[in-house]
Amino acid sequence: MDLRLDSLGVTIDGHDLIQDLSLDVPDGRIVGLVGPNGSGKSTALRCVYRALKPSRGTVWFGGEDLTGLSLRDGARRLSALTQEGGTDLDFTVEEVVALGRAPHKHGNEPLTERESELCREAMHRLDVAHLASRGVLALSGGERQRVLVARALVQEPEILVLDEPTNHLDVRHQIELLSMLKGGDLTVLVVLHDLNLAAAACDRLGVLDDGRVVAEGTPSEVLTEELVRDVFGVAANVVPHPLSGAPQLLYSLESSSAMRGHTR
Amino acid sequence: MSSSPVSAHTTDPSVPAVPDDRQPRQTSAPVRRFGSPTGITVAAIVLSIALVGSVLLAVGLGPAVISPADTARYIWAGVTGGRIGADEATTYQIVWQIRTPRVLLAVVVGAGLSVVGVAIQAMVRNALADPFVLGVSSGASVGAVTVSVFGVLTAMGIYAVSVGAFLGALLASALVYTAAYGRTGVTPLRLVLTGVAMSFGFQAVMSVIVYFAPSSEATSTVLFWTMGSFGAATWGSLPVVVGAVLAAIVVLRRNGRRLDVMAMGDETAASLGVDAAKMRRGLFVLTSLVTGAMVAVSGAIGFVGLVMPHLVRIVVGAGHARVFTIAPLAGAIFMVWVDLVSRTLVAPRELPLGVITALVGVPVFITLMRRRGYLFGGR
Repeated sequence: MDLRLDSLGVTIDGHDLIQDLSLDVPDGRIVGLVGPNGSGKSTALRCVYRALKPSRGTVWFGGEDLTGLSLRDGARRLSALTQEGGTDLDFTVEEVVALGRAPHKHGNEPLTERESELCREAMHRLDVAHLASRGVLALSGGERQRVLVARALVQEPEILVLDEPTNHLDVRHQIELLSMLKGGDLTVLVVLHDLNLAAAACDRLGVLDDGRVVAEGTPSEVLTEELVRDVFGVAANVVPHPLSGAPQLLYSLESSSAMRGHTR
Repeated sequence: MSSSPVSAHTTDPSVPAVPDDRQPRQTSAPVRRFGSPTGITVAAIVLSIALVGSVLLAVGLGPAVISPADTARYIWAGVTGGRIGADEATTYQIVWQIRTPRVLLAVVVGAGLSVVGVAIQAMVRNALADPFVLGVSSGASVGAVTVSVFGVLTAMGIYAVSVGAFLGALLASALVYTAAYGRTGVTPLRLVLTGVAMSFGFQAVMSVIVYFAPSSEATSTVLFWTMGSFGAATWGSLPVVVGAVLAAIVVLRRNGRRLDVMAMGDETAASLGVDAAKMRRGLFVLTSLVTGAMVAVSGAIGFVGLVMPHLVRIVVGAGHARVFTIAPLAGAIFMVWVDLVSRTLVAPRELPLGVITALVGVPVFITLMRRRGYLFGGR
């Protein structure tokens, strides 16, 4: 199932958070959304996972307008990792993961054996199986983040939307998570801050600046030294990864601070 | 090579580095408990039996002590319309007309306050919320005092004050909701803040009325509504509140999983197919009506609705379906005993219920919280 953001605009209190934002996420591909703080990445994602109604434009889900689907029907096909850190109540890890089945269940209907197996498998994949009966409030930030990703997977979506999934994760779990996405066949729209990880993990990248898409294409097309300087305001040398050939950015701290005055 | 078994797996270079977070931290000792489906069923059955036993004991105890067997016999006679000997008529009257409605009211209000407490805490996502945080109790007091001082609603007869309290509660809720409503709808924090602020306003209005009131009746009405009592219980006052509380328990329990989802945050809830704003509106209407119905017959009994939800979560975990199974039973039992203590401890005087709920509940709560490593709202 492909996902298409078509001329989305969000205006809140007279401020345009995103304007005329169009982006294609082809079936089975991973598309990354990158951009500086406040560029509208999370706002765009909120429109996709239905936490926010776009002021203008449409989110197309395959051939369907997303607003035509009920919240619940949408949630059966698209799941999301939001930036919300979880809950005030001390649910156990397995309870939180099992909530991923909520859109598929009526009332308090218990999980079937297949669904419980699905939860166990997701917890295993995200390396949180050993925490299953622990309360989520006692977890570290990274553990909690992995629990929430497991929950999103258990939803069995066709499309997965992730807002900074690598937040709080140690390097090993960052790599594992992105490898898992790359190895899977889900359609993924993901916001990432680490441009090198984005270049390695994503098939395509959209660069947001001030609510607009300023560049779109494969990582090597998009991540050029000029773009990084213009959009992010940092000097970087872009070199190909010795093994994969994906563009990788090398920053140099002195020159970054030296040039801060005359960018943007 | 002398490595202890404990450190072996972290120092052995052949084993890939194990992240620190794999080590269970001692600060969160096993919190659960009776969380399994069978555990819940067993707990519910045990609590139900305990509740029936408590009711029989509580109906039997008082200035005239009646054995549980006799109590059961009188109640049975009352329910089935059976015959009672003439020599027992007075005792029967005490049991059936005075104590039974009172104890049943304690059952219903105890259950209701616990359940509404859980619902309100979920609705405003705040561990400190209780059924009265949205101004319902002070609104009810204003309504009740208005009725008793100005003599309005006389057409309602003996229920005038209760009806006044109920209307006051609803009016207060409506005002709080309207005032809290903003561009982005009603956010949990705005709702709580508005409720707390408006409560002070309602209390001020009530004080003004009482201050200028000619009769001392207003003062005792205020006392009744702010401290809470089951002293005014009659059979006639039961049906509405019983209906309201039962309906609330059923509806809330059915929505257990949706409430779990809502607890994950509004945005996550949307991604899981639950419209938190809509849910919050529904919860607001439900909890206002039920709290209003309870306050109208028993006044505002504090503490139960705040602490019982936490107590139950400590034992059964956070899942709302489980909490809504156990909380009504636990709250009912607690309230029956609190009422019993309130009317027997310094008989013939009655202690205000709020005093006892706090005196008994606070130590129990703090002990449990410290022993079980309960976490709410963070570490």
